[in-house]
Amino acid sequence: MTPEIGQFALALALALVLVQSVLPIIGAWRHDPRMMAVAAPAALAVFALIALAFAMLVHAYVVSDFSVLNVIENSHSQKPLLYKITGVWGNHEGSMLLWVLILTFFSALVALFGNNLPPALKANVLSVQGWIATAFLLFITATSNPFTRIAPAPMEGRDLNPILQDIGLAVHPPLLYLGYVGFSVCFSFAVAALIEGRIDAAWARWVRPWTLVAWMFLTGGIAMGSYWAYYELGWGGWWFWDPVENASFMPWLAGTALLHSALVMEKRSALKIWTVLLALITFSLSLLGTFLVRSGVLTSVHTFATDPGRGLFILAILTLFIGGSLALFAFRAQSLASGGLFQPISREGALVFNNLFLTTATATVLIGTLYPLLLEALTGDKISVGAPFFNMTFGPLMIPLLAAVPFGPLLAWKRGDLLGVAQRLMTAFALALLATGFVLYRTSGREVLAAFGIGLAVWVMLGSLTDLALKSGIGKVPAGTAFGRLIGLPRSVFGTALAHFGLGVTLLGIVGVTTFGTEQVVAMKPGDTLPVASYRLRYDGITPATGPNYTEEQGRFTLLDSAAKPVDSIIAARRFYPARRMPTTEAGIVTHGVDQFYISLGDGLDHDGIVVRVWWKPFVTLIWLGALAMMAGGFVSLLDRRLRVGAPAKRKIARTEAAA
Amino acid sequence: MKALFLSLALIMATPAAHAVTPDEILPDPALEQRARAISAELRCMVCQNQSIDDSNAELAKDLRIIVRERLKAGDTDAQVLDFVVARYGEFVLLKPRLEAKTILLWGFPLMALLLGGGYLFLSMRRKSTAQALPLSDEERRKLTALMADEDQRNI
Repeated sequence: MTPEIGQFALALALALVLVQSVLPIIGAWRHDPRMMAVAAPAALAVFALIALAFAMLVHAYVVSDFSVLNVIENSHSQKPLLYKITGVWGNHEGSMLLWVLILTFFSALVALFGNNLPPALKANVLSVQGWIATAFLLFITATSNPFTRIAPAPMEGRDLNPILQDIGLAVHPPLLYLGYVGFSVCFSFAVAALIEGRIDAAWARWVRPWTLVAWMFLTGGIAMGSYWAYYELGWGGWWFWDPVENASFMPWLAGTALLHSALVMEKRSALKIWTVLLALITFSLSLLGTFLVRSGVLTSVHTFATDPGRGLFILAILTLFIGGSLALFAFRAQSLASGGLFQPISREGALVFNNLFLTTATATVLIGTLYPLLLEALTGDKISVGAPFFNMTFGPLMIPLLAAVPFGPLLAWKRGDLLGVAQRLMTAFALALLATGFVLYRTSGREVLAAFGIGLAVWVMLGSLTDLALKSGIGKVPAGTAFGRLIGLPRSVFGTALAHFGLGVTLLGIVGVTTFGTEQVVAMKPGDTLPVASYRLRYDGITPATGPNYTEEQGRFTLLDSAAKPVDSIIAARRFYPARRMPTTEAGIVTHGVDQFYISLGDGLDHDGIVVRVWWKPFVTLIWLGALAMMAGGFVSLLDRRLRVGAPAKRKIARTEAAA
Repeated sequence: MKALFLSLALIMATPAAHAVTPDEILPDPALEQRARAISAELRCMVCQNQSIDDSNAELAKDLRIIVRERLKAGDTDAQVLDFVVARYGEFVLLKPRLEAKTILLWGFPLMALLLGGGYLFLSMRRKSTAQALPLSDEERRKLTALMADEDQRNI
């Protein structure tokens, strides 16, 4: 019965979302408030219906209803409850339903919190959200129905891919989708602005919180995905430049650019056309990512669902929305008047510089991801574009951008004083230089690139702290006054500093682990020890164990310090999942400070000896801690009263203006 | 055909954790390091976007051994790559070579940066020359009024 409720809810949502797509925009066009007023309740009802459908699917999973095809294919009665629930979106149909759930969730948020928007803008935005939801609901009902039932129902399901049976699946896809799909709101705002042919600084103010929210979640989603791949795949890598990773990274890069250009638009009414274009591009890249992942056009480690019919459907959606929005942009962009002038050396100039490099980086990742597909389609030649290409092109693009980060927040609007800012950054620069010198000295001059990279990371971190110190007058005024001023700084200043600081932390982690990490592949017998960094690792033996739906062999290790005293015990395992007849490895990881030991088991040589891969990964956790700091920065910035959702748009506060 | 699927399934299914095995490792650490660096640039043909250094597929292992044999025979890094490309085609290279068909790929980042930068430079210069024209008295009066207005609104 419950799957049918879900089915009906989906169909009803599709009907209602058509109303949401059509009536409000006609109302906005004919200045009919009653038709515009349909938008909000329709959006809320659509969300409620999709949520109901989603709940019904979750229910089918939880009770292991094996009359539902989707549950048979991806679940198992013996599976732990958490993985029964997360299995809902660990497959194509369920993840598309999650996608639409989040899309309609954002529409509902706009409907609830958009009371300060002009009615016509709100109606248009919700209509555009409705178009996107219509397209994807059609896609689900036509090609990817999660509620398809079969009779007779089998006794047992085929279980979820064991690699996905992990807490990572509970966190990574929802976060990623909240980011991906969150940018739909920016897209809808941009399309609505183009339809109205009117755009002003207030528009940027309304769009910025949505951009921040989406960006925060996407940052978290990518970082979480990276950590998941790191510990689950057992290769010790944390970023593979896999096309699917790139698919989530491109909207992040474009979204980061959007975050910065919307700032210029809000403060200075400049870069209007560009900001609108970026909003369109960012969500277009999200759609492209959905297409790449869901169509199976790329055969990569992440692609678990493949079906060309679906691919064509999403390609049609993609063409319609990207092509349509860009065509609209081409027709209407001229009607958006360009705004304030500024000197190249200014806050605006710095943000333009940021946008130039971020969009170039986005384009580089895009062409590297699509080039093999296009080349093969056009000429039949097969080439590969992998990590070495991206490291060689993306890396150098980031260097000038990172070097410029500390300057941005310190430059004044309209016309900045580069020399003055440079002088104020002297301390940060000197300390960065010191860090570089220290690394060079410690490595006897061998690691020039690493020394430079660490110097750059220190520069970015200290540069963002300098911003806080200068704005609160630390060192210039008595400590108490400075502290008072620091507390009084607008939240967005803290947000900026925190996010930029996090960027430096991530860079430090990347350079540190890439340069100073070690890897050993050895055969070990029980009692053997192996030197790792300043420790010794002892292999104690292997013991069998049983989990709820798997059996495993646990390799037990003890970490000894230089005085041969045990400091940690580590278990790395090889698992076997009988339902899918699939083995996996569970890496053994222990964290010491910001460093990690990482052990992965290979196949046994014989019954008492095993092959072990042991990594020493110094600074590695900084990669994700930095990302957390960036997320926190976004969150703090969101708390700024100027951005608080519902805050009156016209009232400006002199203090925040002066300090920001 | 069925056997092919089965073998593919087995390749996909084996855990990916132990690519290089101890018996493959060369005694000379300098040579081994070169072998690892080369391996990271070669694609495992039967895997999904993995280098042979990361993969535990049989074919990847064969390729790793070939790489090491060529290195032991005294080949340079470039010669090893040539040898592998001659056998498996360019698809095996994770870093495509600079050729006519990849010129767009390699040239694109720099081109995008230069075009974007050039456009910005020109538009900045156009704006600043436009600003450089002296204002008429009428314009100056309007400007002052506007500025006063902006100050009041605290933009």
